Amino acid sequence: MSGRFTTLRVAPLHPVAWWLWAILLAAAAARITNPICLLLILAVDGWVVVSRRPDSTWARSFSTLLRLGALVVVIRVVFQALFGVRTPGHTLFSIPSVSLPSWMAGVTLGGPVTADALAGAACQGLRLAAILGCVGAANALVSPFRLLRCVPAGLYEIAVAVTVAVSFTPQVITSLGQVRDARRLRGRAISGVAGIKGMAVPVLEGALERSMALAASMDSRGFGRRAVSIPRQRLSSVATLAGLLGLAVGVYGVLDAGAPFALGLPVVVVGAALVLAGLAASSFGNRSRYRPDRWSGREWVTVAVAAAALAAVVIAGRDNTASLSMPVYPLALPAVPPLALAGLLLAALPSFVAPAPVEGASR
Amino acid sequence: MISFEDMSVTYPDETHPALAHVDLKIGEGELALVIGPTGAGKSTLLRSVNGLVPHFSGGRLTGRVLVEGRSTADHRPRDLADVVGFVGQDPDATFVADIVEDELAYSMENLGLPAPAMRRRVEDILDILNLHPLRQRTITSLSGGQRQRVAIGAVLTAAPRLLVLDEPTSSLDPLSSEEVLAALSRLVHDQGVTIMVAEHRLERIVHAADMVVYVPVTGAGVRAGRPAEILATSSVAPPIVRLAQLAQWDPLPLSVRDARRLAPVLRSHLPAQPDAYGHRPTKGPLVASVRRLSARYGKLLALDTVHLELAAGEVTAIMGRNGAGKTTLLRHLVGLRAPQQGTVTVEGRKPSELRPSEAVRIVGLVPQDPASLLSSDTVAGECRDADRDAALASGTTRSTLERLMPDLPDDMHPRDLSEGQRLALALAIVLAPAPPLILLDEPTRGLDYLAKSRLTTILRSLAADGHSIVIATHDVELVADAADRVVVLADGELISDGPTREVVCHSPGLAPQVARILAPAQWLTVAEVASALTP
Repeated sequence: MSGRFTTLRVAPLHPVAWWLWAILLAAAAARITNPICLLLILAVDGWVVVSRRPDSTWARSFSTLLRLGALVVVIRVVFQALFGVRTPGHTLFSIPSVSLPSWMAGVTLGGPVTADALAGAACQGLRLAAILGCVGAANALVSPFRLLRCVPAGLYEIAVAVTVAVSFTPQVITSLGQVRDARRLRGRAISGVAGIKGMAVPVLEGALERSMALAASMDSRGFGRRAVSIPRQRLSSVATLAGLLGLAVGVYGVLDAGAPFALGLPVVVVGAALVLAGLAASSFGNRSRYRPDRWSGREWVTVAVAAAALAAVVIAGRDNTASLSMPVYPLALPAVPPLALAGLLLAALPSFVAPAPVEGASR
Repeated sequence: MISFEDMSVTYPDETHPALAHVDLKIGEGELALVIGPTGAGKSTLLRSVNGLVPHFSGGRLTGRVLVEGRSTADHRPRDLADVVGFVGQDPDATFVADIVEDELAYSMENLGLPAPAMRRRVEDILDILNLHPLRQRTITSLSGGQRQRVAIGAVLTAAPRLLVLDEPTSSLDPLSSEEVLAALSRLVHDQGVTIMVAEHRLERIVHAADMVVYVPVTGAGVRAGRPAEILATSSVAPPIVRLAQLAQWDPLPLSVRDARRLAPVLRSHLPAQPDAYGHRPTKGPLVASVRRLSARYGKLLALDTVHLELAAGEVTAIMGRNGAGKTTLLRHLVGLRAPQQGTVTVEGRKPSELRPSEAVRIVGLVPQDPASLLSSDTVAGECRDADRDAALASGTTRSTLERLMPDLPDDMHPRDLSEGQRLALALAIVLAPAPPLILLDEPTRGLDYLAKSRLTTILRSLAADGHSIVIATHDVELVADAADRVVVLADGELISDGPTREVVCHSPGLAPQVARILAPAQWLTVAEVASALTP
């Protein structure tokens, strides 16, 4: 055996802790358009991902979502230039404007493009990119399979659908590669409209077949066995479904000022109670957990620093709203809010607190 | 343990049953080997044991299947998970976790075992299958043989009394399959697990079987018995059995060891070496050359300064472990990958720089899964598309197919063809533009002996017509039958290159059964021995 210390197992950070960390950070990003703060959030995401991501295929999702974020910024800027609302400012260049029919009043097409409007659009795009970065970081840090194991037993049918769906994407990629190769081997075009048309069906077919094989394997390995009786399962499903419906109606009631009070809060409470009862009824004697993920000090620290970052941003925003946004009219340099920046920097702490990933591919 | 009582299975939209009137009993602790031609219904038989047929496949099952007294009619696969462990052909399609240990624990979690019991069983299985060093590895970082052992371990942790495996070694190199088969025979002998396993390459496993179940091509008249008595009369038989029939050995030997004890008499009737011994065929004109080719996947060096020349009229086999670089080399030759270092030329041109429609005229590849090449919904449509893609006179592909496999119905869906027929169709598509270089990646996966000997005949006649043929394969018997020359790759390096007889006969991993039985004389095939005996 190789060195006895290398095989010692360090439990990885709880998947829920990573996701809470990412969601809190994303919530902070949603309140900001100041590019300095947003870039800091992206830097924190990147730093934590690079230092703590496990060696797996999922780890690549961070760079994919970063690229998606960059695309969002570009699209946002291009749309602003083409269709954006015209505001006064430093005109950079002018696009010939098209006069639209009267029924499309309010939509402008073309006209002078100002630096102010572009900067504003870029920062809004950057905000979305930062949120995507947080989601990408969570995806890279936690394999979806581990997250699914935290789903309560009552929701397990949904979890299975998600497991199959989650593994569908890599399967589509595998299948796509195969079909591309096959087309090349048959001497067919592999790009262009004809290429795409000919590939879609076999790609989906291949990926679907693999997903069916996965479902068959899960079933033959005892997935979905129930210690709970069938009438009880039905009852719990009905309760959960009715509860979710109640929640939806209730939330609508609460948000819509015109709705009668009876449709609001009471329905939310009853709905939530039904959902909880349904989940509880189905989760007796179902499954057990091998090496359950434990919630310890490291998890608390991870969530706490992200909560602190969000709190710092909220407080900084309350003291001085302008410091968190990009000053556009008139265009100026963004402010440097010390409290918010310090809070966001704190959110990088998990890269020291969380255990280092296990070397997956070390031979 | 398992009993099939007058079981018949008919799939939806089919008029004929896939299996008819199966009466079969498999006892406690037996290793039952399921054999039969491709498409006969071996998978159907295996999948009906844990209820995947009919609960998952659809269709109608009449009669009864009882496993430990439980009928599959009212027990779904999940309800049998604690009794039957099922391992399919492609382990990659069955993994639900990304770390080895989590994968092993999955079925126990579903069964709701208490955590301490799970820990204990995971440790036991890690030891039994020798997976201990890999417990924390991600599954994607494992080799083919290791993955297959993880897939077996993942069902074993549920402590099933019965293990069902559908061609567990079909994609593994000879040594990895030894690894898997050794694990299986340990389970039978030390743990008393009952095993039902389907396998095409009988030579690998038949000596370990207690019982053979023969599924004939029509799916009717399934019979079972001691290995020697079933093999003596079956249409599928490994080389050792055919050699024994030729030499009229009785009782029928099933292991190389038993056969060698009987061999001295046969050897005394044979010349010291076969006629073709030491004979080097004259080389045809050069078709393709690979010079100083290196390729990397990330940090992994897949090919390391490989030199290779391929001549017309020659069948070259590329062998080597899973992941040795065989497929990578073929992908370079056909132009799916452009060389990062070194050059690849076919007929003086670089295949990766050609347009697809030009490339198919100089080199063609039949991929590992020939079905991936097919996209139309009838055989005729497939042939028409192939003519159009390569701008051939209409009917060219159809007449090529006729030469390879006569009388394939025009209106059949490629999915309904047998493995052998599908391979022939894919080969016809590749062959129709008459490329001088033809590559086949692992062509015998899922082929029975009959389909394999037909493939050998086709390959020999293509070589005689002046094509240069390259097969990447693990199948030593195919190599002995079909190849003139063997190239061995190890970790991306070309380590040997020479006439088949010289390369394989002295290698413990690559020698065919006949060579092992008749060593030190270098006979490769039963046919060779037969022709030496009949002057």
